[in-house]
Amino acid sequence: MSQAPNAKTMTTGESGLTLVFAAAAFLCMIGAAKALDAAFAFHASLSAAASLAAVFAIMNRYYDRPAALPPQEINGRPNYNMGPIKFAAVASVFWGIAGFTVGLIIACQLAWPALNFDLPWTSFGRLRPLHTSAVIFAFGGNVLIATSFYVVQKTCRARLAGDLAPWFVVLGYNFFIVIAGTGYLLGVTQSKEYAEPEWYADHWLTIVWVVYLLVFLMTLVKRKQPHIFVANWFYLAFIVTIAVLHLGNNPALPVSVFGSKSYIAWGGVQDAMFQWWYGHNAVGFFLTAGFLAIMYYFIPKRAERPIYSYRLSIIHFWALIFLYIWAGPHHLHYTALPDWAQTLGMTFSIMLWMPSWGGMINGLMTLSGAWDKLRTDPVLRMLVVSVAFYGMSTFEGPLMSIKVVNSLSHYTDWTIGHVHSGALGWVGFVSFGALYCLVPWLWDRKGLYSLKLVNWHFWIATIGIVLYISAMWVSGILQGLMWRAYNSLGFLEYSFIESVEAMHPFYIIRAGGGALFLIGALIMTYNLWMTVRSGEAEVPSSAALQPAE
Amino acid sequence: MKAILTVQNITSDFVTSFWTPIFVGIFLAIVVYALWPRNQAAFDEAARIPLREE
Repeated sequence: MSQAPNAKTMTTGESGLTLVFAAAAFLCMIGAAKALDAAFAFHASLSAAASLAAVFAIMNRYYDRPAALPPQEINGRPNYNMGPIKFAAVASVFWGIAGFTVGLIIACQLAWPALNFDLPWTSFGRLRPLHTSAVIFAFGGNVLIATSFYVVQKTCRARLAGDLAPWFVVLGYNFFIVIAGTGYLLGVTQSKEYAEPEWYADHWLTIVWVVYLLVFLMTLVKRKQPHIFVANWFYLAFIVTIAVLHLGNNPALPVSVFGSKSYIAWGGVQDAMFQWWYGHNAVGFFLTAGFLAIMYYFIPKRAERPIYSYRLSIIHFWALIFLYIWAGPHHLHYTALPDWAQTLGMTFSIMLWMPSWGGMINGLMTLSGAWDKLRTDPVLRMLVVSVAFYGMSTFEGPLMSIKVVNSLSHYTDWTIGHVHSGALGWVGFVSFGALYCLVPWLWDRKGLYSLKLVNWHFWIATIGIVLYISAMWVSGILQGLMWRAYNSLGFLEYSFIESVEAMHPFYIIRAGGGALFLIGALIMTYNLWMTVRSGEAEVPSSAALQPAE
Repeated sequence: MKAILTVQNITSDFVTSFWTPIFVGIFLAIVVYALWPRNQAAFDEAARIPLREE
């Protein structure tokens, strides 16, 4: 390499982004100075600091890097870009622990209300969205970004598109999480469930998400593998639909550009309809399509078996896409929403049974010829049990969407139990399984630090989930029955507070289940940490091959 | 506003009235594509993509 060093110049992306972030830092400082409320001032200052850090990071990277950007291929093999994926994987573990911990705290608050501490920042009302956003968007979102960037590169045999763009997606998304989470604690919310962040956080997420879509699409465009693998279809559906849902549900008019409060454009029952069109498809496309993509890559990979039926994967993918988008109204049974819309939502929810089980059957049957691996490989067991939980909760969901069933289950803990069988069992376990695969691959380790610890994680977390969901079933049905019990004179049999009292033992059991789930995740964190720190390297070092003296 | 006949209005009316058969038609076409016997070999190949990388 006696080539004369090229004159190093900044790429358009580097210089452009530096200017954009410098301007953003300036604007955020003005925002902080003129802020109408303390939370906005805090967020504007945070954004100014982050923008300056971004300028610094881009300049620093420019001075450190060689003149040429990383090549697309090295020796005919794709030069995969793993840096942003590593960051997202670490972030997902961090947010997972944070989110599960806050979940445990609010579960304990429900059992022992004194734990609210009578402080606004630690009240259930503020911690609950912190929990849901931390587990869904921070933990789940980082798992999805990490795995999607990994899978799209590997199955397209192409380096991730963009130079700074993948880093922008990963860091920008996590900055959104910080703004959203700190906002909840400070009381900033637009009061839409699972879409609580206020207008400025929503704008920022839109920018990040569009870049995410572009990175993913441009990587697909560059692919060397002619066929677009099915997991990429699921990821693409997830990214595109979340963009549409986010834009549809969040149009809002800020009271002032220097304040955090805004008012949503939709009014009354239209707002409710939009909210649950968004809310249910966040389940359908974030928590289902995205994690099905994980299933379609990581289960075949870990089981070393091809997908059971590729045809089924195509058919159930499109069936999910066509049906899910209509299921939202089942969240609004017996409300001001027109009756026909409720029935429409119920009908599509019941039809969803089939594509959901199509996915479950395909995931489980991929193990045909490799079932024995379930005995020896706890990671594969975790992945497979996640698919079983997926089948169970997608059986329960349509059942609960039927209006007569819903008249008993709605507003009770049954819903919480249902959500957690999907969230802990399906999303949680498939994410843990993916992380157990991904971390050794990313850090070039032969395998995990300890499979025994994975086994402990699996059983402790499984017992935790069973305690959690069975407690919530009993509690929810009891609650529903108490609310609708009449005495012989036609009066309500129980006052509301009597039903709250009856929940107490189940809330304690639920908190116990949540604690076990958290302990399992802590075991995983230790295991992954040790894998990175002291795991055996995949490639033996040259020193080891030298003859002994 | 609807009274003004524009190309957009005509297409939008058409789509609102016929989206069910249109979507069902698209879905059936996908099913036929997925089950078409000649595509079998290509799908068997695709099912092994995760196992064939590096």
